[in-house]
Amino acid sequence: MHLRDLSRDRHFRHGASDMLAFGPGLAAWGLVTGVAMTQSGLGVGLSILMSVTVYAGSAQLASLPLLASGAPMWVIWASAFCVNLRFAIFSSQWRVHLGHLPRRRRLVLGYLLADLNLVVFQKAWPNRDVHETGQARYAAGGAAAVWTVWQVSSLAGILLSSLVPLSWGLGFAGTLSMLGIAYSLLGDRTAWIAAIVSAAAAVAAFALPLKLNILVAIAAAVAASVVMARTDRPGERAP
Amino acid sequence: MTSTLAAALPGWAYGAVTILGLAVVTVLSRGFFLWSKRDLRLPGALQRALQVAPLAAIVAVTAPEILMTHGELIGTWRDARLPAALAATAFYAWRPGVLGPLLAGLALYMPLHIGLGW
Repeated sequence: MHLRDLSRDRHFRHGASDMLAFGPGLAAWGLVTGVAMTQSGLGVGLSILMSVTVYAGSAQLASLPLLASGAPMWVIWASAFCVNLRFAIFSSQWRVHLGHLPRRRRLVLGYLLADLNLVVFQKAWPNRDVHETGQARYAAGGAAAVWTVWQVSSLAGILLSSLVPLSWGLGFAGTLSMLGIAYSLLGDRTAWIAAIVSAAAAVAAFALPLKLNILVAIAAAVAASVVMARTDRPGERAP
Repeated sequence: MTSTLAAALPGWAYGAVTILGLAVVTVLSRGFFLWSKRDLRLPGALQRALQVAPLAAIVAVTAPEILMTHGELIGTWRDARLPAALAATAFYAWRPGVLGPLLAGLALYMPLHIGLGW
């Protein structure tokens, strides 16, 4: 479907307007990410490049301290991939609804679908196991809305905060946002243990070169959660 | 490989390559199960194991940013990051979210950091 026809489509518009209900929260979040990028010392040009191409708030925030400390590229990429692993899991959900599209369109639309898109989508289409007509257009409408709000607010954050001296330490806003994200991901006991193990390992292994402490901490936390799952299973208690 | 590249490129170009690589990471992760023509699924055990990875990654990056300075645990209470993180935590316990705790933390951080130099 041509883009111009798409913008007139009923499902596309519905998807966009459902998403705009979350506009203010999304805009605030984009603004903070914009501020954090510039204030981490990335500069205006690279901050804009990051916002427009990476387009994944929590991975962007997590990469900033690593970029600033001169961590090697592959460590930064691997850490970002771990932060983004949830998207890989979400994508198997999207596959049910978008699997009929040609591959290229699937991938382009998939790239544009963030956490909030799936939440809102599943509210509008509660049956997670079937594909229904209009779902791809609904998803595209939501994607367009999130992209626009995010990029405008992020750009505003980048430009406004470039006027603030780095010595004010406003980059700490990025760290505080990550703290909030981490708390929101703490659910069951396994998550708590994983977080504690990860924090302890990241601090204890800080002296490792190449910022490898991050990857060590992730591996330790995943290992801990696997061990917990084994010992928690009834009838299969560890000796 | 990375170190030779770092030596060969000016800082902004190195940053740009890193950022474009991060964009590829976004494409790969969001399109993970959209790539194949066939219907692939992650084995349940692997999916459960990887469930904590995003939380672990965010905590791994955040904890040293709050608790450490020059590669050591913070040894003084005169560091604006500690009270700010405590304020954000307390706010989260009262009203969960991302923005509220952030503003609560900054409200303490900015005056302590800029005013008192903590």
